[in-house]
Amino acid sequence: MFTDFDFGVVLTSLPYLFGTGMVFTLTLTALAASGGIILGTIIAMMRLSGITALALPAKIYVNFMRSLPLVLVIFWFYFLVPYIGQWMTGASRPISVGAFTSALVTFTLFEAAFFSEIMRAGIQAIPKGQTAAAQAIGLTYGQTMRTVILPQAFRNMLPLLLTQTIVLFQDTSLVYVISLTDFLGAASKVAQRDGRLVEMYLFAAAVYLVICITASTLVRRLQRRVAIIR
Amino acid sequence: MSAIDPQASGKPMIAIDNISKWYGPVQVLNGCTTQVTKGEVVVVCGPSGSGKSTLIKTVNALEPIQKGAITVDGIGVQAKGTNLPKLRARVGMVFQHFELFPHLSIIDNLMLGQCKVLGRAKEDAHDRGLKLLGRVGLSAHSHKYPGQLSGGQQQRVAIARALSMNPIVMLFDEPTSALDPEMVGEVLDVMIELAREGMTMMVVTHEMGFARKVANRVVFMDRGEIVEDATKDDFFDKPRSERAQTFLSKILAH
Ligand SMILES: Nc1ncnc2c1ncn2[C@@H]1O[C@H](COP(=O)(O)OP(=O)(O)OP(=O)(O)O)[C@@H](O)[C@H]1O
Ligand SMILES: [Mg+2]
Repeated sequence: MFTDFDFGVVLTSLPYLFGTGMVFTLTLTALAASGGIILGTIIAMMRLSGITALALPAKIYVNFMRSLPLVLVIFWFYFLVPYIGQWMTGASRPISVGAFTSALVTFTLFEAAFFSEIMRAGIQAIPKGQTAAAQAIGLTYGQTMRTVILPQAFRNMLPLLLTQTIVLFQDTSLVYVISLTDFLGAASKVAQRDGRLVEMYLFAAAVYLVICITASTLVRRLQRRVAIIR
Repeated sequence: MSAIDPQASGKPMIAIDNISKWYGPVQVLNGCTTQVTKGEVVVVCGPSGSGKSTLIKTVNALEPIQKGAITVDGIGVQAKGTNLPKLRARVGMVFQHFELFPHLSIIDNLMLGQCKVLGRAKEDAHDRGLKLLGRVGLSAHSHKYPGQLSGGQQQRVAIARALSMNPIVMLFDEPTSALDPEMVGEVLDVMIELAREGMTMMVVTHEMGFARKVANRVVFMDRGEIVEDATKDDFFDKPRSERAQTFLSKILAH
């Protein structure tokens, strides 16, 4: 049966696979990772604030998100976001936001739970003396966080944050459940259309493999470079 | 030393009035009262765990207290309306483990507070930072990172960082006890010079040579209490309490 393989289909569909599919995948990954890291950092700070009114909701949020399958969250959000939008803006009908916005919001909120755990560990690992030294020169809590604690925590945690981003990169393929076309979705469309399932899925797997292995290698190299000498 | 008796020269720079502090059920400070007058150098000593670090950290409110009151230059540290960051900016502090910011270069360590807290322009802060580095003998290291310097050099940078805020008083918490012996001298020299220039200082240290050279008074603590608060000469020549005598004989035996 292997003699029947025709990898020509891969070649002719390259512009579509990368120009449409991969661009979508990378855009969603980059935006959701940035949003997730920012939101995750805020959640981590809430959890570490020592103020129950902030720490408890943050903790519940993280545990809630981490115990749900991502597919379910994507699905639910797709139907819920219009109503949340309606509730927040006080509009009279559900706000249609489009599948992409819905996916972006979902991934940002979902990943924030994971990024927050990484940032929490990172903040906790900074010695207490750093906070004391920052406060002793008169920095406020906010300034201490922005200029002393978070930059160190972020740098120390960068390898883990990027590793989580690689996971996110793979997870974005789940957007097929709300009919969005990412790289895998594009490959799958071509596969169905031309009846070349094996070729297309082999190729897609190879692309994910190459990208993830390359990224992981770069992260490991970076890890050695960014380590702060103490 | 100046001929004027510092005790008599007006208001205290730091007034610690009958303060107590608990960690949960454990009392770590018990009715401590002492003062530091402008230009005075007060050395705080005592056995490990006696509450020296805790006491000195209450002065700039890094540690809260449950009883008593502290004023710095007349401003109540625990008072409701006190702007703590503003107060802390005027009180320099040097830590046992330096606590330089490892992700910032030496000059950036010296500029951070100047720019963010005092609102100085970058060039101004940079110039002042370089001048202070010169003063502690580290001009050549301004673009290095803390991890590239020796312990003694890092502690001198930490002193310069505290001075960059033009403090009215300086607090030191065992500034030389984390250093290799050969580096203790270079840090003490900077502190001695500072004392001779008239800086008001409260110094937790076991360096009795430093105390003899520049201290006006010595405060001896044990188990959260100030057991002895005496002039330097009285403390070394005729300590009243037995606990201070034992402590002195132990520490001077080295
Ligand atoms: N965060 C804390 N929680 C509970 N107890 C504490 C805490 N920090 C300090 N203590 C206790 O308070 C007491 C005083 O501690 P402190 O660090 O002020 O002593 P010290 O005189 O500076 O000792 P050393 O010479 O070892 O530095 C000690 O018994 C210590 O165990
Ligand atoms: Mg101590």
